[in-house]
Amino acid sequence: MAYIKVDVRGETCPVPLVETRKALRKASPGDTVEVVGTHPASRKEIPMALKALGLKLVGIQEEEGVWKIKIGV
Amino acid sequence: MTDKTTIVVHSGDMDKIYSALIIANGSLSMGMEASLYFTFWGLERLIKGKLEKGALSRMHMFGLGKWMIRRRMRAANVASLEKLLQDFKELGGKIIACEMTMQIMGIHREDLRQDLIDEYGAVGAYIQEARESTITLFI
Repeated sequence: MAYIKVDVRGETCPVPLVETRKALRKASPGDTVEVVGTHPASRKEIPMALKALGLKLVGIQEEEGVWKIKIGV
Repeated sequence: MTDKTTIVVHSGDMDKIYSALIIANGSLSMGMEASLYFTFWGLERLIKGKLEKGALSRMHMFGLGKWMIRRRMRAANVASLEKLLQDFKELGGKIIACEMTMQIMGIHREDLRQDLIDEYGAVGAYIQEARESTITLFI
């Protein structure tokens, strides 16, 4: 039950999406992956990817242009 | 049908190689499979040391345009082609090198980055990939 953090602040397309996928591939069932970033499009496309992958979006927060997406593996 | 993207990478232009790799990596990240078929000028980018050497497809201006775009890309923190290619492989992407191009251009396997290439093939290899793909593009 690890808590994995992915920091992609300042990164642009396609890095946040790709780094999220890389982290998810390495995670085990029961782990939580938290992605923090600033690229606006990624905030929308990461939830789309989770839907396609059949993974659970635990929550999204956003504050002053920095978003945080929590994923249940 | 598999949820898969197959791209013919025909152009060796820097901006088009970016497009191909970004779409391919996006596909893999969103749970699809992805195959890249490198042919003609695209295959030149898989020669050792040549990945970043492509011209800009427009406004290259003897390298000045490319220099300007690269500067802006660095400012925007755009990933290098090398990183995109490594990510593509890490996420399970497949690379096919066109054998006819190798013959025409006198490229030998040892000239290419063989560690990245999964298969050496011809049109049949592309068709086999494309016929089971939901997305196929020619770049």
